[in-house]
Amino acid sequence: MSAGFLTTAAQGMAPAKRGRRTSVVPTGVLVLGIVYALLPIIWVLIASTKTNTQLDSYAAFRPGGSFWSNLQALNSYQGGVFWTWMLNTALYAGGGAILSAVVSAFAGYGFSKYRFRAKNFLFTMILVGMLVPAVVLAIPQYLLVAKIGLADTYWAVLIPSIISPYGIYLARLYAGASVPDEILEAARMDGSGEWRTFFRIAIPMMSPGLVTIFLFQFVAIWNNFLLPWLMLSSENKYPLTVGLFTLLDAGTSQPALYTLVLLGALLSILPLILLFFLLQRFWRVDLGAGSVK
Amino acid sequence: MTTATSVHEPAASLTGARRVRPRRGRGFRPAPRHTPYTFVAPAVLLFVAVFLVPLGYTIYLSTQKTQVIGRGLGPGARQQVAAGFANYSTVFGDGEFWQSVLRAVIYGCILIPIMLGLATLFALILDAQRVRFQRFGRLAIFLPYAVPTLIGSMIWGMMYLPAFSPINSTLQALFGVQGINFFGQRIVFLSVANIGVWGGTGFNMMVLYTSLRSLPQEAYEAARLDGANERQIALKIKLPMIRPAVIMTAIFSTIATLQVFNEPYAMHQISYGGVSTTWTPLMTVYRDTYTANNIYLGAAESIVIAVMMFVLSAAVLRITNRQIFGGEAR
Repeated sequence: MSAGFLTTAAQGMAPAKRGRRTSVVPTGVLVLGIVYALLPIIWVLIASTKTNTQLDSYAAFRPGGSFWSNLQALNSYQGGVFWTWMLNTALYAGGGAILSAVVSAFAGYGFSKYRFRAKNFLFTMILVGMLVPAVVLAIPQYLLVAKIGLADTYWAVLIPSIISPYGIYLARLYAGASVPDEILEAARMDGSGEWRTFFRIAIPMMSPGLVTIFLFQFVAIWNNFLLPWLMLSSENKYPLTVGLFTLLDAGTSQPALYTLVLLGALLSILPLILLFFLLQRFWRVDLGAGSVK
Repeated sequence: MTTATSVHEPAASLTGARRVRPRRGRGFRPAPRHTPYTFVAPAVLLFVAVFLVPLGYTIYLSTQKTQVIGRGLGPGARQQVAAGFANYSTVFGDGEFWQSVLRAVIYGCILIPIMLGLATLFALILDAQRVRFQRFGRLAIFLPYAVPTLIGSMIWGMMYLPAFSPINSTLQALFGVQGINFFGQRIVFLSVANIGVWGGTGFNMMVLYTSLRSLPQEAYEAARLDGANERQIALKIKLPMIRPAVIMTAIFSTIATLQVFNEPYAMHQISYGGVSTTWTPLMTVYRDTYTANNIYLGAAESIVIAVMMFVLSAAVLRITNRQIFGGEAR
């Protein structure tokens, strides 16, 4: 499967969905999948409207009426620390993902479009990096970060989030598929320098793919628990995952907090769901979109 | 072509028919030798700082131990001294550690086939014709990926709690079945694997779907003209063509499975002992390093896990690397 092969494919040839009769079995299977995927989200939505006793006594999918009082309780929990967690998470995920997409774009393009010594060695080394378990690295990362005095700072969480072997892998795929070598060659013939070619020609062509890398990394950082859990000790620097976990921890001895945990869980996934809806076209990038034939 | 040349040249010479030499006069600028290194430098430097240095440090720590001097009181009473391979022999003799490895393997054997099977199935359904709700289905099944694993595990964990489990109450209402103990010794594997399936299917589905959408549609048209139905096209044409992507997702899933931490860690918090503190290898590492405060043993365990994963994945990775990037310049 060559790169040129991919670029000519799928130029907006969406399968004709309607018009002819529906296939029943695949549609039925898809509906089952939808129900399974949405069930916990619907449950937590309903659970967040219940008081703690209603959680116990009401039927699972019968809503209560205490959403607002739950929200007020969450707002006032430790002086509104929940919203600090939310802001922190946005900062870690947004900043880390932008930097990660930039670094991946450079590396992916370099690996895809040039021949150089140690290329395969370096690329394989980075891929192998994905095999090293997070905990294996997290503990020495913490010890090293503590040594240079960065423990319990935003940097301790941000810097390790920038490098993403998977992002580099994807960027190499995108560069190979969406930036035809002919165009680069034409740019060289016209006297364009390598950097100019990269920024003015390659980046626009790769940009849908780069948004995808940004999104994947954004979600990965938003989801990350272990790294901030190890790196941070002050509550006001926690991201949502760590904050909610401490809340759950407190909830095992103080069950009244369960409603807060459930509402917090709901609120913590809403921004990402919103992001998915707003940017949904980037979750199905056609690799060749935007290139010249 | 030994140095940093553009990739187009070898490809063009292959076509043979119109072999045009680049005109070197008017403004042609070949890539300088150092350019590719500048492109990959930020990633490589970060990689060294964030992956390699900590990895080396772990290896170093794994050969150390704490020695108590005198009665072990006061500052300086505990010293770090060389331990050789003592930590490793402790790891190899530690039944609890190997049990946690076994649990991770069982967990993976349940999770990966189900998750990837469903992901492939849904990707093919989304790419098929005459199926309804495709747009919504794609979004809905992908949605759990937006839920942090830890939070998803907390939600599922609460749904498993006997006091307010919607699953049990639904089963009871519909079939009169008594409540399932989701934290039972065997069922707990399914309970934890279910969280992984729920959270992971959508992501893998999108990877496979993206790869399906980039296939040339002409092949299907030809097959349709020959009278093939959608199922045959899906199984006989599409599935073989996305094989590299399926292998890739399988490798990534295997790696992720052996590292599983968040799901059982959150479940441990909720399950009142149904999931132990050493349920998976990484939980064991965490317990030994932080709770038992023995970073040296934890480091040795980490290295053993890393080596196992490396051996498991390296061979497969080599093969697929060749398959996937075979078309590029080298």
